Amino acid sequence: MTSARYALARAAGSAAAALSRITRQGDGTTVGGRITLAIDPRALEHAAGGRDLALVTGTNGKTTTRSFLVAALETLGPVVSNAGGANLPSGLTAALARDRAPRRGVLEVDEPFVPQVIEAVHPRAVTLLNLSRDQLDRYAEVRRLAGIWRDALTGVAAPTVIANCDDPLVVWAASAAPDIVWVAAGQRWHDDTSVCPECGGVLSRSGTDWSSTCGLRRPVPSWRAEGSTVTDPQGQGHDVTLGVPGAVNVGNAALAAATASLWGVSAADALAAMTSIRTVEGRYLSTSYAGSAVRLLLAKNPAGWTEALTMVPAERQQVVVAVNARAADGRDPSWLWDVPFEQLAGRRAVATGERSRDVAVRLRYAGVDHERIDDPAAALTAAARLGPVEVLANYTAFQTYRKVVRGAETRVGRDG
Amino acid sequence: MADPVRIALVFPAVLGTYGDSGNAVVLTERLRWRGIAAEAVPVEIDQPLPQQADIYVLGGGEDSAQALAVSKLADGSLRRAADRGAPMLAVCAGFQILGETWLDGHGDVSPGLGLIDCRTDRLEGPRAVGELLVDATREGVGVLTGYENHGGRTVLGPAARPLGVVRSGVGNGAATVDGAVQGSVVATYLHGPALARNPALADHLLTQVVGSLTPVDDREAAELREERLRAARSAGRGMRRRQWRPPARDA
Repeated sequence: MTSARYALARAAGSAAAALSRITRQGDGTTVGGRITLAIDPRALEHAAGGRDLALVTGTNGKTTTRSFLVAALETLGPVVSNAGGANLPSGLTAALARDRAPRRGVLEVDEPFVPQVIEAVHPRAVTLLNLSRDQLDRYAEVRRLAGIWRDALTGVAAPTVIANCDDPLVVWAASAAPDIVWVAAGQRWHDDTSVCPECGGVLSRSGTDWSSTCGLRRPVPSWRAEGSTVTDPQGQGHDVTLGVPGAVNVGNAALAAATASLWGVSAADALAAMTSIRTVEGRYLSTSYAGSAVRLLLAKNPAGWTEALTMVPAERQQVVVAVNARAADGRDPSWLWDVPFEQLAGRRAVATGERSRDVAVRLRYAGVDHERIDDPAAALTAAARLGPVEVLANYTAFQTYRKVVRGAETRVGRDG
Repeated sequence: MADPVRIALVFPAVLGTYGDSGNAVVLTERLRWRGIAAEAVPVEIDQPLPQQADIYVLGGGEDSAQALAVSKLADGSLRRAADRGAPMLAVCAGFQILGETWLDGHGDVSPGLGLIDCRTDRLEGPRAVGELLVDATREGVGVLTGYENHGGRTVLGPAARPLGVVRSGVGNGAATVDGAVQGSVVATYLHGPALARNPALADHLLTQVVGSLTPVDDREAAELREERLRAARSAGRGMRRRQWRPPARDA
């Protein structure tokens, strides 16, 4: 039910967002949502307004999986979503308040806010991708987040949970839910799951299987991602040719297809709708800069960097490694030492970003030929002079690079 | 050719949450740069601790991981290595479990491995998170820079001496010092990893194994140190430490 208070809150938020856009402070999503929530603390609930929603959360792949799921559900009609990466309650409120028509929606949610958002929007589905170390200066421990999810997903009114059975932390968090769809979406990073989240004992692994002496073990999946094939619960394999790279994204596509199936979208239709996506808010964007091909990869934490390193094509010789350590990145870049940068040996790297000195030291010990250039645009120019470049950047450094390459595209547009 | 220097990385998957496995990389590579054969030996949680490693390295981890590590090391394997004088570096949770007692995730006092005369309980107030600057001039390794992230407070007993005096940040949270030195064991709350940010401390450990060392090119580490020392000093002038914020807040 929409109250007068909410109507006022939404109008004020919308005005603030417009002002923010006019004054070029930003796209206004966050400030608008904050103002709406300040006036009506239940604004998220009101903005959701009984709509039919799916939530997507996890350490890595939220934005890409959200975008896959939006494509799949759009085969049924319009879908509201929080594009732009604003995945805190303020951003969700703004997205829902702005686009009131669609009945269906897909929201990506920052991991610790999952309980609050479930309570406010009563989603039909919650999709859990993975959990691994990230921003430890803020969240301290990974298992704590898994516990927060677990508490939120327990109970009779809980939504259907679509969960990656290859991540023991996700399984532990999901397994208390009354209704679960398990998806074998894969997990390359195992370093946060040597210890059983349930009993604290050693988790043993054999191939893709894993188990703990307390009884927690890998559930039998009904959906599976293997190579470039997604197998649905009927046992039918679907070859997917995604427009975005990486085995991890085949897993994300499987999770999105499994979620879309709750809305009655067939696996074939869902996966077909995802193949046209080539870039997601700058991620995987292929463009050119200083006369060379450039691709942007976002990686925020050791698990993400480990995946991203597998996406660098063998023939690509120039790599830019850009790292900041602002609040949104995590203030402590010690995690650079959890990333197997040794895999870049034989290529030429340029270290840049606000923590380029940490990167340079890491690359020296990894035996990677490199130079350090403070300015991100200058770093990319130096790399692009020598040939095609893969840019790997963490969160805020990535935002900088989106602007750097957009600036180049704009200039080309004007000149030509 | 001589046997390679073996650097045992103790349970990296449980005691490596904060990048501390990098300490083993630093030790290994600094020997190789000098033409000395070296290998890092990661020891997984279900494997026995090698008895003949030359250096042992332990890092930080979560509470449940600490308990598991203690239960595995309670077989006396690490103590035997310390008794024969093998150099050890223990960071954060690794430091805490080498003490007499530490607090587990439920707030209960648990027995540690007893290699360091210290006891760990909880810091009063918020978790210590931020740049940490420690003057370890007395230990001959100068100023140490790193990043701390812990809720523990560690009080040293008479048999342990501090690694250094805290110039900025929290460290042990008692007596304005950080870490501990006892026999061949060096302990600290510094992440970064500690040895990547402080090559002098790395060489201090290596010297105990291979004797005097030739200089290596540390210009990039020097640049990093200069930047972090500046950052720690300016942070120290403002807030003494960044406060840990509970996750359930719109950031």
